[in-house]
Amino acid sequence: MAECHPVAFQWVMEARRRGTKVIHVDPRFTRTSALADRHVPIRAGADIVFLGALIHHVLSGGHDFREYVVAYTNAATILREDYADTEDLDGLFSGWDPGEHGYDPKTWHYQGGPETRRHPPESGARHAEVGGAHQYGSGGPVVHHHGERDETLEHPRCVYQVLKRHFARYTPELVEEVCGVPLEAFAEVADAVVANSRRDRTTAWVYSVGWTQHTVGVQYIRTASILQLLLGNMGRPGGGILALRGHASIQGSTDIPTLFDLLPGYLPMPNAYDHGDIGSYLADAAGTTGFWGNKRSYLVSLLKAWWGEAAREDNEFCFEYLPRLTGDHGSYATVMGQIDGTVKGYFVVGENPAVGSSGGKAQRLGLAALDWLVVRDMTLVETATFWKDGPELETGELATESIGTEVFFLPAASHVEKAGSFTNTQRLLQWRHKALDPPGDCRSDLWFFHRLGLLVRDRLRGSTLQRDRPLLDLTWDYPSEDGEEPSPEAVLKEINGTGPDGKALSAYTELQPDGSTSAGCWIYTGCYAGDSNRTARREPWRDPVVRDGEPAAMVAPDWGWAWPANRRILYNRASADPEGRPWSERKRLIWWDAASGTWSGGDVPDFERRKPPDYTPAEGATAQDALSGVDPFIMQTDGKGWLFAPTGLVDGPLPAHYEPAESPYPNPLYGQRANPARQRFERPENPANPPETPVYPYVLTTYRLTEHHTAGGMSRPLSYLSELQPEPFAEISPELAAEAGVRNGEWVTVLTSRTAVEARALVTRRLRPLRVMGRVVHQVGMPYHWGWGGDGLVTGDAANDLLPIVLDPNVHIQESKAVTCALFPGRRPRGAELLDLVERHRRAAAPAPIGDPPVWKEERT
Amino acid sequence: MGVAKWIGAWPVVRQLAGEDPRREGARSRRTEEIRPRTGEADEVVRSVCPYCAVGCGQLVYVKDGAVTQIEGDPDSPVSRGRLCPKGAASKQLVTHPGRRTEVLYRRPYGTEWERLGLDEAMDMIADRVVRTRAETWQDEDEGRKVRRTLGIASLGGATLDNEENYLMKKFYSAAGIVQVENQARI
Ligand code: SF4
Repeated sequence: MAECHPVAFQWVMEARRRGTKVIHVDPRFTRTSALADRHVPIRAGADIVFLGALIHHVLSGGHDFREYVVAYTNAATILREDYADTEDLDGLFSGWDPGEHGYDPKTWHYQGGPETRRHPPESGARHAEVGGAHQYGSGGPVVHHHGERDETLEHPRCVYQVLKRHFARYTPELVEEVCGVPLEAFAEVADAVVANSRRDRTTAWVYSVGWTQHTVGVQYIRTASILQLLLGNMGRPGGGILALRGHASIQGSTDIPTLFDLLPGYLPMPNAYDHGDIGSYLADAAGTTGFWGNKRSYLVSLLKAWWGEAAREDNEFCFEYLPRLTGDHGSYATVMGQIDGTVKGYFVVGENPAVGSSGGKAQRLGLAALDWLVVRDMTLVETATFWKDGPELETGELATESIGTEVFFLPAASHVEKAGSFTNTQRLLQWRHKALDPPGDCRSDLWFFHRLGLLVRDRLRGSTLQRDRPLLDLTWDYPSEDGEEPSPEAVLKEINGTGPDGKALSAYTELQPDGSTSAGCWIYTGCYAGDSNRTARREPWRDPVVRDGEPAAMVAPDWGWAWPANRRILYNRASADPEGRPWSERKRLIWWDAASGTWSGGDVPDFERRKPPDYTPAEGATAQDALSGVDPFIMQTDGKGWLFAPTGLVDGPLPAHYEPAESPYPNPLYGQRANPARQRFERPENPANPPETPVYPYVLTTYRLTEHHTAGGMSRPLSYLSELQPEPFAEISPELAAEAGVRNGEWVTVLTSRTAVEARALVTRRLRPLRVMGRVVHQVGMPYHWGWGGDGLVTGDAANDLLPIVLDPNVHIQESKAVTCALFPGRRPRGAELLDLVERHRRAAAPAPIGDPPVWKEERT
Repeated sequence: MGVAKWIGAWPVVRQLAGEDPRREGARSRRTEEIRPRTGEADEVVRSVCPYCAVGCGQLVYVKDGAVTQIEGDPDSPVSRGRLCPKGAASKQLVTHPGRRTEVLYRRPYGTEWERLGLDEAMDMIADRVVRTRAETWQDEDEGRKVRRTLGIASLGGATLDNEENYLMKKFYSAAGIVQVENQARI
């Protein structure tokens, strides 16, 4: 955090000054560790064991926050009799279908819950891809309200007991064996977490892509969620699981997604199997409880925002205009489509996949197979120049004269040359005012896409083809100050939504299912309330505002605007006990004020303001009316925090430790070595390191530095930053340096079955060899900011070229935090010799021609 | 200024006379006369750092139509005026001489970049979108209605504004382009 989110880390330091204990769990000793009370080095890829053992510690010691757990989680809910755990099936859950390479989740449901809808069998695994967890967004999938419960938590099939059995073998001894964390270090963490949780205290977990970029990335987060729910750390000040997102508006890019599987506001993109019409799309929500019960209002308002007058009740508000998914259409699948010739045109907008994505060679082979490519950026990034200077030219795999890709480079406006909003990592929208016009041909992306839309519509004018209607009917007229660029405030107002009078709406609860309102992203409704741009508010705030001796605001409510409804702490109903009183004076945030009959306190309540704690829903109630006064997780259909996920995940209802796809070790817990449901691309462009091979004996983890930004497009062209971090390096321990025969500052070559890259050896005690399963494992750390050229002032091999393309099956994110590698002294060979070197090792590890299915035996797949 | 006063103003003399050599005693006349660039700006515009998701507040100083400095915004409850090395380098990000301001074009099998006018480039890109979309259009996939093209894809960075992402998603969806992705998944 100190390294990659440095200015946010000042708040951790503030907390530490007031006595907060700061623990840093990371394979490497970093700037964060230097400022923490304790650094716990861990083997990359073993965190579920570490977190699972904390869960075991809490459960076996009776340390859970029982009142919170019983009232606010699904601990008491009883599961079906035919559910079988990884403990019963040696690393698989019930429902595994080896032919389909995936799970049928039916048996994971609550007792008496609905049968999970079976997807048409012919759609097979591809359906699992479109039906991934991300589809459910912030809403979570549908379960029956509550189900059978045993609030004594003693029923052998209640979630609490299932959890106990599931994590029974996740002991401190296992942590020592699998993570390389000594018993006393683990005990210190476990004691600190328990001592700083429950009624009077809270513990926060802060993570980043070190947790997500794994084939079990989603389950890492799930493990932390279970722990935090058991300790009562969700929805309370100082608690939570805080995702530190990497880039200026990466949160915004998820909320208003330029992502294949989502529509704005976490509505799923419709798929071809289940969503033939609006009725079937909304079937999930019909009669649903919780705020997703209003899904029709959110969807219809979006369709009205997009298709305006053309969207009417009698044509299902143009629902049929939306294209349908049939599988994973994520960026890695797209790259394979490029190589295969199905994807012909590619827009790359402020991104540099030729350096920044896993398996760089596959990325570049994809670019070279395109008909046309449009790159928009402030400088020439390697993705724009691959045809002129890419590494495959040197190895002879590609030649400039035989690359047919037509490339357009369009220079982009900078952040001060356009106005607009970013959403930061805490869901806070902040408006940037425009300081000056962009130079030369530079334009904003707003200008570019609006103009492109106009030009495409021009070309289709008069078309009678059904397929052109969505473009021709699209609402695309925006006011403009200079006659060129649409007004970004007008776009923000469309996102916010308007009522029949054309005025901006102030809350998503005003959205209607009948087409009388429109809103481009329902969770952002309110950001333009009163026709005023709330994201531009800049009321400074330094201390809690106190009014009549009560803290009136414990957050900075008038700086920017946070979704939803300007709430700063989500699910904050849980900061009060079931009766509505703060759990403790120390940790008060919001509470039920019986005198005024409202929830009040230091944040906007994440609860209906006038719903009392003793509210019980009437039989047959739907949407939010079906949640009681003690159901704080209002986006869930049962209002409860899910210790056990009865539906929504494709790789299991509980997290289980699987080794990374590439690991030097077997799985000591189960016969099933790696995540059986992980998404693979078994293709010649994407060879895999076989597990447990001495050819690739070390663990490689990639990361970022304070002084650079992702693939370097915004940092390598800058002299200030390039001087601070001029070239790639590989961090290794003195022990590994001795074993490999390299000294600090010398060249090393790091090699995987994809390629070999060279870097300077940074021999440092910051990386320590760990003792795992009876032998020492060395870890190698490499920042990935450099590339071979483009407009960078500094160059170097791209570390991401070393990585495989193997993905988490729920959200399709790549495993870039834990793979295996070899390491040698000296620079890598050039040209065809590089290919030979890589090939020789590949043969040594797996003596079969590349392109065949993996030759190692994968258990049970 | 009298000689005594002139000599007396020398930092070394003042330091010998007891001023703190690391504070006021170090200040020379030249230092006294220096004014910050920020003091002369025509305009100070409030912005947000474009690098990471912390979202530090920035003050952008503009003089004569050029950015002269970018500082942390002390009012921001997120950052309290601080910027890290990246945020502090963002003036260079917007003003450095290597920034590209012209459209470039590489024709198929070409070996060099060529210049192209912005309008011409936009027309050519629009032509390609229309053509590729028509050539790869799918009304159905294995008998199911899909109304889309898999012939065009997009990958965006996470420095896109919300408004930009919104127009992108809106346009792509209406055009039937589904392979729309972002750094957010990478
Ligand atoms: S100044 Fe640094 S910490 Fe702040 S937003 Fe920019 S990159 Fe992030």
